[in-house]
Amino acid sequence: MPRLPALLIATALLTAALPARSENWLEFRGPGGASRVKEGSLPVELSAADVRWSADLPGRGLSGVLVVGDRAFVTTSDGPTQDRLHLVCLSTSTGKILWDRQVWATGRTMCHSKTSVAAPTPCSDGKHVYAIFSSNDLVCFDLDGNLQWLRGITYDYPNVSNSLGMASSLLVTADTVIVPVENDSESYSLGIDAATGVNRWRLDRPKGANWTSPVILAPGLVALQSKTGIEAIRATDGSTAWSYTEGADTVSSSALSDGVLYVPSNGITALTLDPADPAKQPTQAWRENTLSPATASCVVAGDALYTINGAGVLTAGDRATGKRRWQLRIEGPYSGTPVTDGKHLWAVNEAGLVRVVELGEKEGKVVATLDLGDEILCSPAAADGALYVRSNTKLHKIGR
Amino acid sequence: MVFHRRSPAALGAVAFLLALPGGGVAVASPVTDALPAIRAVDHEGKGNAAAAKAWGVIAAAEAAALPDILAGMDGANPIAANWLRSAIDAVVTKAGGSAKLPVDSLVRFLADTKHDPRARRLAFDLVRGADAARADKLLDGMVEDPSVELRRDAVAKVIARADALKAGEKKDEALAAYQKAFSASRNVEQIQALATTIRELGGTVDLTGHFGFLRRWQIVGPFDNTEGKGFATVYPPEEKLDLSAALDGKAGKVSWQPVETGDEYGVVNVNLSYPPPAPPADAKPADSESKEGLKGVIAYAVTEFVSAEDRPAEIRLGTKNAWKIWLNGSPVFEREEYHRGMEIDQYRMPVTLRKGPNTILIKVCQDEQRRPWTTEWEFQLRVCDEVGTAIHPLGGPDSAAP
Repeated sequence: MPRLPALLIATALLTAALPARSENWLEFRGPGGASRVKEGSLPVELSAADVRWSADLPGRGLSGVLVVGDRAFVTTSDGPTQDRLHLVCLSTSTGKILWDRQVWATGRTMCHSKTSVAAPTPCSDGKHVYAIFSSNDLVCFDLDGNLQWLRGITYDYPNVSNSLGMASSLLVTADTVIVPVENDSESYSLGIDAATGVNRWRLDRPKGANWTSPVILAPGLVALQSKTGIEAIRATDGSTAWSYTEGADTVSSSALSDGVLYVPSNGITALTLDPADPAKQPTQAWRENTLSPATASCVVAGDALYTINGAGVLTAGDRATGKRRWQLRIEGPYSGTPVTDGKHLWAVNEAGLVRVVELGEKEGKVVATLDLGDEILCSPAAADGALYVRSNTKLHKIGR
Repeated sequence: MVFHRRSPAALGAVAFLLALPGGGVAVASPVTDALPAIRAVDHEGKGNAAAAKAWGVIAAAEAAALPDILAGMDGANPIAANWLRSAIDAVVTKAGGSAKLPVDSLVRFLADTKHDPRARRLAFDLVRGADAARADKLLDGMVEDPSVELRRDAVAKVIARADALKAGEKKDEALAAYQKAFSASRNVEQIQALATTIRELGGTVDLTGHFGFLRRWQIVGPFDNTEGKGFATVYPPEEKLDLSAALDGKAGKVSWQPVETGDEYGVVNVNLSYPPPAPPADAKPADSESKEGLKGVIAYAVTEFVSAEDRPAEIRLGTKNAWKIWLNGSPVFEREEYHRGMEIDQYRMPVTLRKGPNTILIKVCQDEQRRPWTTEWEFQLRVCDEVGTAIHPLGGPDSAAP
């Protein structure tokens, strides 16, 4: 495996070329899907007073929150058949709803009772918000709520659906919105022109329910995950740059950090990207089957990575080797992926308990707990010193 | 959702008259001028650029234009309707909220049941936001409304009155009110709850007939679906329906046999028709078929539905299994998905029934998964209109038969 310093330099360059992200949270699990925040940017000691506001939401959902400047964006659905789809914009300072735009579901809204029509996390390029729902209705609004375009992917391709619900989140890169709508029947991923909403490409994808989300490997290069593995796709034309074909999970997603893609495949498999050209075939750095994540995806920071299994056990692995370092039981289950700054990890379980775990070399320790008293199934967002988590009824801001 | 056939690209661009609540025609305005561009959007983003410009015009309109915008949804495809739906949010926000809306004209729009059902429901919500009491009163006349949601809320009011009667020990009056609500309801959860309450009070309900589930079928199988390959395989029933023929099945000759489900939600349990053979005494679990049912198999079921007239209808299906459906020999829809869940009206398929006999054929596929939740091999199918009102075959609810 290449030494980390070289990788850090190379990927820092890559990172710098990505869209603005300093105090924003523009996609599912943040930049690279690594769920990483700047060290010291989130509060370690938590109490009820740290809940800055809790805003009522017009509908249910478990999609993650976006933060773009002083605005937070979240999707919800309501109505007797959950066919009213909302994109809601709130003030990050007050929690006041600034605007709420609705469309009707044009695809099926049937889903498992634990999930929701508002399951996929939207994404943003800093100027627009792109949102999709389990019904495969896709919308693009500017930050002020002006509709730019919309699509009904199931209206276009009637067998794109999943009776358990769709959940893959969106990405935008190279002026292309990456739209994974992979399922048992008519299974696609699409690259859609971010400006017009028209297809740039549509790829046939492996038939099989797939709830994982793509990851930006480099500007204009994305990793699509499925049961067969990883396909690195050029966003502008949909061509394949490289493939990893040793299988991958269909629930938890990969994470990119410092030029290494951590894939939930046979446990976790670390794929090192070519620092000079991430479009070249990566090399496998290591594979560790004791690091298998459950629903939540792995997170990466410092010299470690972390996964949570189905029993609510947090496992720390050595990032260079994959070797397990320590384990800590943090009562689950967890649907959402934690965030970390490398020193601490913020994990929110389904019961709404926010735990802050101090991440040591040899052990982890829970140093703070905050009970939100609300079922939380989303992955938290983090921006400007605050965590944002949502439930079926509320959006909570925790921190500064 | 309903599986829409791809509409002609020009559909939304066809000039249309905007029927006003009073029956007149809309006067040209920036909004009405902008509507054709919105209505021209279609599959795969067609017309998005022009629609985005038009959306800006419509979203900037005064609240007085809301009935015109709502009327723009009449006959529009679902994508065009969504462009207008979000514009209405912008207009309402700009107007400063519900209190500033033209309630009287919205009520007139709502009263005209020729308008798009979802547009009327939206008009109702706008009225309710401005004047909740007025909206609530309007519901009293909507128990038979073509809008499923308006009807649902109107029925909920009837249920509330019945609940009060029940609480007041007026059992017979309560039962009559619940029966009225049951008869009017087209919402699955509401219907199921009402059936329970009515039965608790000693009343009777016919859920099968209310929904219009088809109970009587001829069924043939099992055919081979090893590795799921049978889904695409054309077995004889797809080519020619001969209910007297002996066919080559997965394990020998098979023939059509009648099946009549007693399930009140019309669930036809195919496993009951094809129980697995008893495994040898020394067989390991993995060597034998699941004790609950066969694996890697396919069955076909057919029924004849005699329609009183040529008419539009919907075939609505629920199943956990992969399936294909034909109406009068023409494929309607298919889906290759196994064991992701089943519910009433899971799939809605618009069809046209012809006067006289109509043949409905379904192919129901079972895969080879051996998990506790993969044993079901079943379906439920009903024929109804777009509101969900059962369409019964000539001769009554139970007369559909092969």
